[in-house]
Amino acid sequence: MRMTKLAAVLSTLALFSSQAALADITVGVSLSTTGPAASLGIPEKNVFAMLPTKIAGENVKYIVLDDATDPSAASKNARKLVSEDKVDVLVGSASTPASVAIAEVAFESKTPQVAISPVNLPPEKSAWVFRTPQNNTLMAGALVEHMKASGVKSVGFIGFSDVYGEDWLNAITPLLASAGIKLGAVERYARNDTSVSGQVLKLVASKPDAILVVGSGSPAALPQTGLVERGFKGQIYQTHAAVNQAFLSVAGKAAEGVIMPVGPVVVAKQIPDSHPSKKLGIEFVQKYEEKYGAGSFVSFAGHAYDAYHLIEAAVPVALKKAKPGTPEFRKALRDAMETNKEVVATHGVYNMTPTDHFGLDQRGRVLIRVEGGAYKLLAK
Amino acid sequence: MDLDIALILTQDGITTGAVYALLAIALVLVFAVTRVIFIPQGEYVAYGALTMAMLQQGKVPGTLWLLVAMGVFAALLDGVRAMRGGPRVGLAASLGWTVAYPLALAALLYAMPATQSIIVQAALTLAILVPLGPLMYRLAYQPVAEGSVLVLLIVSVAIHVSMVGLGLLFFGAEGSRTPAFSDAQFSVGALTISGQQVWVVVASAALIVGLWLFFDRSLYGKALRATAINRNGARLMGFSPVFAGKLTFVLAAFIGVLSGILIAPLTTIYYDTGFLIGLKGFVAAIIGGLASYPIAAAGALLVGVLESFSSFWASAYKEVFVFTLIIPVLVWRSLTSHHIEEDE
Repeated sequence: MRMTKLAAVLSTLALFSSQAALADITVGVSLSTTGPAASLGIPEKNVFAMLPTKIAGENVKYIVLDDATDPSAASKNARKLVSEDKVDVLVGSASTPASVAIAEVAFESKTPQVAISPVNLPPEKSAWVFRTPQNNTLMAGALVEHMKASGVKSVGFIGFSDVYGEDWLNAITPLLASAGIKLGAVERYARNDTSVSGQVLKLVASKPDAILVVGSGSPAALPQTGLVERGFKGQIYQTHAAVNQAFLSVAGKAAEGVIMPVGPVVVAKQIPDSHPSKKLGIEFVQKYEEKYGAGSFVSFAGHAYDAYHLIEAAVPVALKKAKPGTPEFRKALRDAMETNKEVVATHGVYNMTPTDHFGLDQRGRVLIRVEGGAYKLLAK
Repeated sequence: MDLDIALILTQDGITTGAVYALLAIALVLVFAVTRVIFIPQGEYVAYGALTMAMLQQGKVPGTLWLLVAMGVFAALLDGVRAMRGGPRVGLAASLGWTVAYPLALAALLYAMPATQSIIVQAALTLAILVPLGPLMYRLAYQPVAEGSVLVLLIVSVAIHVSMVGLGLLFFGAEGSRTPAFSDAQFSVGALTISGQQVWVVVASAALIVGLWLFFDRSLYGKALRATAINRNGARLMGFSPVFAGKLTFVLAAFIGVLSGILIAPLTTIYYDTGFLIGLKGFVAAIIGGLASYPIAAAGALLVGVLESFSSFWASAYKEVFVFTLIIPVLVWRSLTSHHIEEDE
């Protein structure tokens, strides 16, 4: 008796799950909502709670997991999502190392992945991976242009002693060289360091015209305040990862005048009306802040929302070729993401090509300056 | 590198070293009395700084509810034990501390106007967080107090991980910085000494002297020292090891939270900053062999100065220098001291 009951329950369960797998599009998400990248992962997770549950008439199911900013946990999450939940597309992660781990699984299981961090991969591993954030070269290019235009001759560098800092250094070094700007002292610090006095002293002593700080969120404020306290008078540049409310509130007055490259969504209200992302950006920021409080929007949430846009644009194309839950559908989804043109999202317009899986162009970046504790678009 | 830079770096190193010294002393104290390697010591620093920051933003910090929850849980444990025929003496007093006090504090926080002077905020922060120390001892360590050092260490790791997780829940992922106690600036040659740095060094020195007086002059301090030397002996003399443990944790929590309040204006503190600060305090405590207070304090200053100079010379390898320091220290200690077999 008990056995038959159990069997009945199990078969019902199996029936339900197989139905779900056939009818629904499943999006598997692994984000760093705890650990060092939590300040990126939490707003990204918020986005998945406000996404539409239907694309092109099909139900969409989002499975959001936490990878604790740990590549091995991210890998485990991705394997579980692929093998147990049979996801059609993987999204994540917030931090670069975790995204690399997921990319490995995406490559093996032939599942498209939309990474929310600017992860660099060897070309053969990159086929299934698309990224929503601007790559660091695009952002660094904007900064170097500004440096050149304002007559900067030498630049000091202080960055995170991790992949993010390293990536920026690698991106900006050739650009600086070709612009004829000298890269002086190169210093490192860690996210939760309690003091950067030593690095700041060395930078200021080398007397560069400008200093680039590569950090994210509130940790980017420590060198900023240090440099200002030490009396550095040149231009300070920050990167797009530093753009959030916590940076402004921690750095306070010291943040005045700092220049940063960002996606247009951060200053959606200030960009020209002709910008394709303007309307979408304003709407999204408003919706996000209605749900999570005024001033809560950060650009990372935009990256997560853009992942949805890439998927939303690819699904109708892929549906014509195959049913969700099948390997054919995953392949079709990947192909659609690569061939779709002019996909408008909050951070700009995506045009993926077989060789470029970042897809954003000049429309995906603007320069801003902090004035009076707020972000102000810098006129070209 | 010229003399000015060296002086500035030394000054910076002494300021951070002063905080490491406080933590190192707390670690030595806790280990001596209870044999616990108190990894969550650093979390008290982070909790202290962030609770203070939340109070300044006019919010009620989540740590208050942690205090209430831990208090209720401890009261339940005591109550169950009393019902099973355990000792009823002091049950009323213990209920007062575990349940009534947190609730009264919560009521006070809600009744008070949001803006307060910095001293009141610091006092509130201490009032919320210091009782977490003895409650933590009651809930986590007291049931396994007779266990081996390894068991106690594992409990410490578990508490550390849960406190970091709760910290993320209470304070969010972004860091905070609080306004300084004083905006005073003193210029001595090339050095600019901020009022806050003076506060840190003076408060650390005062606390160290205070602890020395406590251990040397007061009866409770002597009893703690006795417990550290011989637990059974102290017990036979009528000094409860449970009380010794709780008292030690009160002191450790107080030192940690005070350090947090002191350094919060100097740097940005995150929910997980505590671990690294605590580890550096631990390196200093190891230099003191987990036994000597003065050597641990001196070691902490050494760690602070080394950290500051290595961040100037080779910032990418700063932590490597600090944590590699432990190897020659261990070699030297194992060569000079007699090994005592620890049988549990």
